[in-house]
Amino acid sequence: MSSDQTLNPETLPEQPERATLEGKNKFLGFWFFLGGETVLFASLFGTYLALNNATNDGPGAEELFGLELVFIMTMLLLTSSLTSVYAMYHMKNNSFSKMQLWLGITVLLGLGFLGCELYEFYHYIHGEGFTLRSSAFGSAFYTLVGFHGGHVTFGLLWIVTLMVRNAKRGLNLYNAPKFYIASLYWHFIDVVWVFIFTVVYLMGVI
Amino acid sequence: MAENTNLQEQYRKKKNKEEMKQQVITFVLMILFTVIAFGMVIYELDKLFVIPTLLILAVVQVGFQLYYFMHMSHKGHEMPALMLYAGAFVAFLTVLTLSVLIWW
Repeated sequence: MSSDQTLNPETLPEQPERATLEGKNKFLGFWFFLGGETVLFASLFGTYLALNNATNDGPGAEELFGLELVFIMTMLLLTSSLTSVYAMYHMKNNSFSKMQLWLGITVLLGLGFLGCELYEFYHYIHGEGFTLRSSAFGSAFYTLVGFHGGHVTFGLLWIVTLMVRNAKRGLNLYNAPKFYIASLYWHFIDVVWVFIFTVVYLMGVI
Repeated sequence: MAENTNLQEQYRKKKNKEEMKQQVITFVLMILFTVIAFGMVIYELDKLFVIPTLLILAVVQVGFQLYYFMHMSHKGHEMPALMLYAGAFVAFLTVLTLSVLIWW
């Protein structure tokens, strides 16, 4: 079977994301990458834990963080994780337009999350004078949370690019692995966020 | 023959639907864990109890994310599991090292 063959319900394999050799390689390679990402974020978490008391007489975690916004951000990101599961569900059922719709909802929720984060940073910098340079705590905080925000931005660009690029192509065995892997990346972003809201925000204000 | 593939197709769609139901249950549980985590901090329960509980809730939630949302419970995920657990192990060592460095 040519990997470029357009799928229809009769020829749809059970796991379209791993039906071709290229798909299998992408799948494995991407999980390798996620193993590495785990370590990369761990080094940022470790740095944050080591430096979060070094406030240089500036505001500390307890004075800065408000839990309401973090709760909203968590709900947005968690829901976007579910909507991308829905997108993959429709991919497996070979309904391209529904997959696109759910990916679109995922992107909107992701944009909402990013908007909240930008608002939060803006508030810290201009309202509280808490910047990347104000203390070791500031450097560690913005590096860790900002790096996660960078991942969110990259994930959004990735998903939007895939949606636009394949809008007229429809679903086939060539692009199914691409969509699947982008959704894995999106879930991983939520995995990292679970530790950020636990370790940085919740444990910060206790 | 055509009828046979049609039946297979129906079976697969039904299976996918059941899996999706599980995913929604997983999602509800994750929301619940998050609400409990925030609630414990807002109601200022004892610190010695809250911190370990928060970490356990986070680990369980991440497990749900990995095994259900990212399909690690499916067949053919031995290498992904190896990679991720190797990564998590090195991640643990990294956090431990950086914390111990500033212990004294």
